[in-house]
Amino acid sequence: MSIDEGTAARVAKLARIKVEDAELPALAKEFNTILGFIEQLNEVDVEGVEPMTSVTPMRLKRREDVVTDGSQQDKVLSNAPDAREGFFAVPKVVE
Amino acid sequence: MTNELTKMTIATARDALRAGEVTSVELTEACLTAIDGADALNAFVHKTPDIALERARAADDRIKAGEAPAMCGIPVGIKDLFCTSGVPSQAASGILDGFRPEYESTVSQNLADAGAVMLGKLNMDEFAMGSSNETSVYGNAVNPWRRGDDDTNLTPGGSSGGSASAVAADLCLAATGTDTGGSIRQPAAFTGITGIKPTYGRCSRWGIVAFASSLDQAGPMTKDVRDAAIMLGAMCSHDPKDSTSADLPVPDFEAALTGDIKGKTIGIPREYHMDGMPQEIEDLWTRGKEMLADAGAKIVDITLPHTKYALPAYYVIAPAEASSNLARYDGVRYGHRAKLAQGDGITEMYEKTRAEGFGDEVKRRVMIGTYVLSAGFYDAYYNRARKVRALIKKDFEDVFAQGVDAILTPATPSAAFGLGEMKDADPVRMYLNDVFTVTVNLAGLPGIAVPAGLDKQGLPLGLQLIGRPWEEADLLNTAYALEQAAGFVAKPAKWW
Repeated sequence: MSIDEGTAARVAKLARIKVEDAELPALAKEFNTILGFIEQLNEVDVEGVEPMTSVTPMRLKRREDVVTDGSQQDKVLSNAPDAREGFFAVPKVVE
Repeated sequence: MTNELTKMTIATARDALRAGEVTSVELTEACLTAIDGADALNAFVHKTPDIALERARAADDRIKAGEAPAMCGIPVGIKDLFCTSGVPSQAASGILDGFRPEYESTVSQNLADAGAVMLGKLNMDEFAMGSSNETSVYGNAVNPWRRGDDDTNLTPGGSSGGSASAVAADLCLAATGTDTGGSIRQPAAFTGITGIKPTYGRCSRWGIVAFASSLDQAGPMTKDVRDAAIMLGAMCSHDPKDSTSADLPVPDFEAALTGDIKGKTIGIPREYHMDGMPQEIEDLWTRGKEMLADAGAKIVDITLPHTKYALPAYYVIAPAEASSNLARYDGVRYGHRAKLAQGDGITEMYEKTRAEGFGDEVKRRVMIGTYVLSAGFYDAYYNRARKVRALIKKDFEDVFAQGVDAILTPATPSAAFGLGEMKDADPVRMYLNDVFTVTVNLAGLPGIAVPAGLDKQGLPLGLQLIGRPWEEADLLNTAYALEQAAGFVAKPAKWW
């Protein structure tokens, strides 16, 4: 599998990372090196093997579905680059 | 005297504190002085002297009252990956510039509750992605060790490079690290110290900036095995805030250190003999086998057939998880937000913020992760990697079922290399640093790196022991026997 510049641009877009057009050839080349390394996995016979979901066989704990936390608006907003009137502020989302 | 204090182990300091021969304030001040004199190592990136002295005074009161746990009054460094309340915690990334958490990670809280004194935050690779500490927004951490008379600055390893450098240079008595593919054990080996990654689930991950959640574990980086046992005990706990933290009792790890390993079976995995591995590493490994055999262990050859596929599987799974975990850095809730141009909307804000805030290696891994999870490739890459991971884990289960108690391997394929020496290498070459350690994360097992010798340039080399799940106590005891036999006492000559 070879990644071209168009695929690299598409992946950057999906990852929400701005990549200048001039950087795309180098990025595609790096992807190909790494994916070439990963391709080794195709040598392994995985017939009938279940994909691992949890490395330690443990049942997740359950708890009552009740509110256990909250009422910390100031703390939640304290690190925001832009917060107004008790909310996170962002540029216009809907035209 | 000041220097002598910072050279203490946790165990000797604990005993001296309890005997009233030294105070935590004295120990802490000695460390703070050592830290201020070691800026050339770039290990401590946020110093917290006020917090340190306040905690030291409180520890001294507790010790006087006679109710102090082992870590009480012990000055330690905390890797920047741990959120520490009110103190910058930015995972060595520009995207978390200015972030001061409103909460404390469970592990650093456990240490604080035990009375440990936080001296500051330690350098690391950005988001723990790296094996040389060269991806940090703070710049490189530097290894206190040098090659003979050569003054080239060497890497302390990574990602916990600042932790390794600080402990090796006696800036603190011990430090926290985290390990996703070898990030405790590789830097420990590069700096001649001890580092253990416990079983996945032993330490709570809550409040530790997430890289690859199914692989990340915290652990101690210390001057010897006894200290690793003491500090690990203080870090572990069951934590309702981390659903993967194990609800198991935490044993007294230090009490397990008898040094008696008679009758234990130590496996030597055939697949860890890598092509092109330096002879010095092979020799060290052979000496390690002999030392454990002399101590009464039975040495057996074993096979872990899927070893070769561990790194490729890791470089699917870890980036996939990272791409999900790092989606939260969007310039909205914390950290950096890019300056926007007229007419930029929220998508431009995300894209510019992440382009400016993330370093190259982080971007690379996030995008690889995005790719392997994208429609059409999920089965071919991600699901296949998870199947291979299951096979890697089964390799270990099979040898443990055959009666193997622990597995001995080299910790790294080389000694520490020069900072910048890998700059022009392709990323995959850097990834090979973790070839002996990454299998352990994929299988969720405990692994420990113990310094075992020096190479011909005078640089430390480490051996790794891998244990059965949840049997850190037994693993630490085997490591203790190896440490006793290896008798590694070398220290870097001070140049900084």
